[in-house]
Amino acid sequence: MNFSPHSVQPGRFFILLAVIAGVAVTLGSIGWPDKPSANVGSPVKDGKVRKQAPDFELKDVNGKVVRLSDYKGKVVLLDFWATWCGPCGIEIPWFTEFQRKYKDRGFTVLGVSMDDGGWKDVKPFVAEQKINYQIVLGDDKTSDQYGDVEALPTTFVIDREGRIASVHVGLADKKEFDDAIQKLL
Amino acid sequence: MRFKSCSKFVPLFLLIGVALTAQMAPELKIASQATVKVKRGAPATVTLKVSLPAGFHANSNTPTEPNLIPLTLKWTGGPLQEGVITYPKPLMETYQFTAGKPISVVAGAFDVVTKFKVPAAAATGPSAQTGTLRYQACNDRMCFPPKTVPVNVTVSVE
Repeated sequence: MNFSPHSVQPGRFFILLAVIAGVAVTLGSIGWPDKPSANVGSPVKDGKVRKQAPDFELKDVNGKVVRLSDYKGKVVLLDFWATWCGPCGIEIPWFTEFQRKYKDRGFTVLGVSMDDGGWKDVKPFVAEQKINYQIVLGDDKTSDQYGDVEALPTTFVIDREGRIASVHVGLADKKEFDDAIQKLL
Repeated sequence: MRFKSCSKFVPLFLLIGVALTAQMAPELKIASQATVKVKRGAPATVTLKVSLPAGFHANSNTPTEPNLIPLTLKWTGGPLQEGVITYPKPLMETYQFTAGKPISVVAGAFDVVTKFKVPAAAATGPSAQTGTLRYQACNDRMCFPPKTVPVNVTVSVE
């Protein structure tokens, strides 16, 4: 089949373009398979199609190993962020509020800092922002496990069974997070 | 179908491109330049022609917030003695994530200029002045990890 614009009838060419556009927009909005979504926020996926969130072992400020599996049975908002990331700084106060609001209902926020500078950069920021949830230092392995997280913030909302229910890349909407959390609690 | 008719679809192709590249890390480019000819004992100027893709910005050399990573040129080797580095004049821009507060950035095409002195004892002939340019880029909704790109300028000392 020749896709040259010269050899395809106008109607068919338009349909072809529409299909390409549809695929592109779909991939742009729901993400490539196993990659974080490119849109502001993906809707909460049906339980049947949720994928297991990869487990990891990362260290907190005291050097204690923290695993995602430690939180099994809880709804987890897993936030990949960095101190140099302006949009992350907008979302962090929301997450602090969610932690306060929902922690007694089986919810927690887990922040994965992608700062190369480590705790010397992260610790003062955490204190300044009055972050009230667990922060760990991320690494390339964990980033790769979650689909090569490069754009920050990237946030995964994980259900009580440890499955990814929604993915949010870039500055998202506070209400979308709140709705997703409430739906999963 | 003629290309004239196809041109109707250019915005659609652009839209597709935007959808697919929105979350890709932007690459800062440094234009290659002709050999810089300098004379022993004389001053010299090296201008780096730098550009970022449309829709992205990097922090300027003087960011408004302490956590933001500045645009930084470092010269690491070569025959020239480094003098003053002049960064582009920052743009004060607001984005979705700055809550109405402008931040100091660079975007599009800009120059980073370095004044050097050529040592009187510099060896004549061609050589390389090397360094790195570090930047951290964002768009309106997301940021990308800091990157360091190599700088390599061919210098011919006469």
